[in-house]
Amino acid sequence: MLKIAKERLNELYAKIAESMGLFIPIKKAGEVNYHVWGEGKEVSLETLKTVKSPKNAFFPASENLMKFKTEGKNLEIIDVRWDKSEKPFVIFGVKACDYKAIEVLDKVFLADPVDTYYQSRREAFTIVTLACSKPEESCFCNAFGVDATAPKGDVTTWLDEKYLYWQPNTEKGEALTQIVADMAEQGGEAEVAAQQAATQAIMEKLPFASLDLSRFQPENLNELFDDPAWEEMSEACLGCGTCTFVCPTCQCFDIRDFKTHEGVIRYRCWDSCMYSDFTLMAHGNSRTTQMQRFRQRFMHKLVYYPSQNDGLYSCVGCGRCVNKCPQRLNIVKVIKTLGGKDND
Amino acid sequence: MKDVEMKMLERAKALLGSGEVARVIGWKKGEFYFDPVPASFESVEELSDFVYNGFCGANLSKYLIQMSKKEGKTAIFLKPCDSYSFNQLVKEHRIVRENIHVIAIECQGKLDIEKIKAQGVSAVTEVEEDGDTVKVSSLYGETTLNKEDILLVKCATCKSKTHQAKDEEIVLHEMPESKNNRFDEVEKLEAMTETERFAFWKLQLQKCIRCNACRNVCPACSCIKCVFDNPASGIAAKANDSEFEEKLFHIIRAFHVAGRCTDCGECSRVCPQNIPLHLLNRKFIKDIDGLYGEYQAGETAEGKTPLTSYTEGDKEPNDVVDGEAK
Repeated sequence: MLKIAKERLNELYAKIAESMGLFIPIKKAGEVNYHVWGEGKEVSLETLKTVKSPKNAFFPASENLMKFKTEGKNLEIIDVRWDKSEKPFVIFGVKACDYKAIEVLDKVFLADPVDTYYQSRREAFTIVTLACSKPEESCFCNAFGVDATAPKGDVTTWLDEKYLYWQPNTEKGEALTQIVADMAEQGGEAEVAAQQAATQAIMEKLPFASLDLSRFQPENLNELFDDPAWEEMSEACLGCGTCTFVCPTCQCFDIRDFKTHEGVIRYRCWDSCMYSDFTLMAHGNSRTTQMQRFRQRFMHKLVYYPSQNDGLYSCVGCGRCVNKCPQRLNIVKVIKTLGGKDND
Repeated sequence: MKDVEMKMLERAKALLGSGEVARVIGWKKGEFYFDPVPASFESVEELSDFVYNGFCGANLSKYLIQMSKKEGKTAIFLKPCDSYSFNQLVKEHRIVRENIHVIAIECQGKLDIEKIKAQGVSAVTEVEEDGDTVKVSSLYGETTLNKEDILLVKCATCKSKTHQAKDEEIVLHEMPESKNNRFDEVEKLEAMTETERFAFWKLQLQKCIRCNACRNVCPACSCIKCVFDNPASGIAAKANDSEFEEKLFHIIRAFHVAGRCTDCGECSRVCPQNIPLHLLNRKFIKDIDGLYGEYQAGETAEGKTPLTSYTEGDKEPNDVVDGEAK
């Protein structure tokens, strides 16, 4: 394990940014999100939860897919996809829950047929994770088997008052370590172990630490779907897309064409199952009420997705929806209502 | 505040118990003290998780669009600012007044859990309100904060403590007077140069994730189908990455609610990226005041409104461009 003095972090970012693009939590107009690093930017590694998750790096909120040009009867298709050979990227400071979310996204986008847009970004990135040391009340990653103190990734880091501790895990991680090696020194195992123990003690005390998920099994699908509790749970739902857009695992998108002066651009952008036109088809809409949309979101996270992915839930317990829902609805309430007998 | 909650619960029980109303709209307990959820209660039993505390900031009036059309009468608890939205919805014929029983309730200003966290408090487990101070317990220790510092944006610039609609009232303590400071921020924006102002909004609106929470919570946004959701409109949009998209969306929305926006502040309360959207609306309110005389949407459920009535002395649109609105 290596360690880098905290006061040299800016130097570290600059060093990485010399040869790679660096995405890192940066405070902009009051809110912390992943942005490209540059001199003078206000990095905030201490922020526990960026508003948007790091999924933005691999699956941008909007992305151009292709361009069409017509001349007479000829239609030209122009490839506008992002060129990964241009520059490699590093995403720095990814928390354990958000890293787990990337695994969830991989199963969707990298399964056959592979989404090459996602794939090219995913391959261009080296992921540097950061262990949590100050979890908050809305965190429940431990309920989904995530260890907040030992995230995976190409490099795992831990931060305390004095040092950033650095542990490469993969070839990509080793390569990045070469770049920063001359500002690092050996050591830190004892400090990291102490921090992990202290954080784990807090994790156990978190109010949502022991959510019971036992009822969310494929065989209970119909029973859960028909549960009368959905009506009451969804009553206050505004039908906005906040939960889906701050969620690190929500992966739905819409594809549209946009007319420009230089032809037609086909793009995709995040979509939300909470929106009234989400499942709109030529015949009409299969989900006509907000209750049905609300139910879809949680059934997808807790029943449909795991039934297709060996039991892996597509919630990672990051708690962003707990913090951000305008009317204070969230997945924890759904789990407590429907999840199993051990939820009080 | 506890006594207010008790009194409200008592009334809700009486109204539901006697069958006078079919449902009561209020708040139910969340997972913590600071996350109550808007709820409709249909029986005395359901009231077991009824709550009213310093975190009941949500404006419940918009729920009446659906609820007031249901069978039976609906009782609703409205804070002073919510009562303006209520009147405006009545005026626009969006809710059925005779099906509603309004209980005007006391409000001492509502708190913002995000502001509490911004003070460095994390893993909040308990919050205790005590007059001007709020005691916050967390897994990392306890701290006492000034209520003034952790009020919701809309409450820090409260416009009025007078209920504009009520069938009965539960006000047990004096409510602090409004500070009349809600145009301070607008004046700061007006004092900027065009370039500075453009930069301000560009930076703020770039944060927009197009979640539509501002629109969906807004009592003035009561269209059955929003133009931005209608694929047949030609301008439906979900993308948020072009700088122009967000400005278009928010400015169109501000224009659309101009003259009808009561300044309830819900848009800014719900924005996950904390964009000060209410400032767009307040600029319109301030300009309308300047051009057509003082007007507060939602003060009454009747009467003419400045943007939908014509008088000979009305200012011409050019006056606005020339800056006379200020």
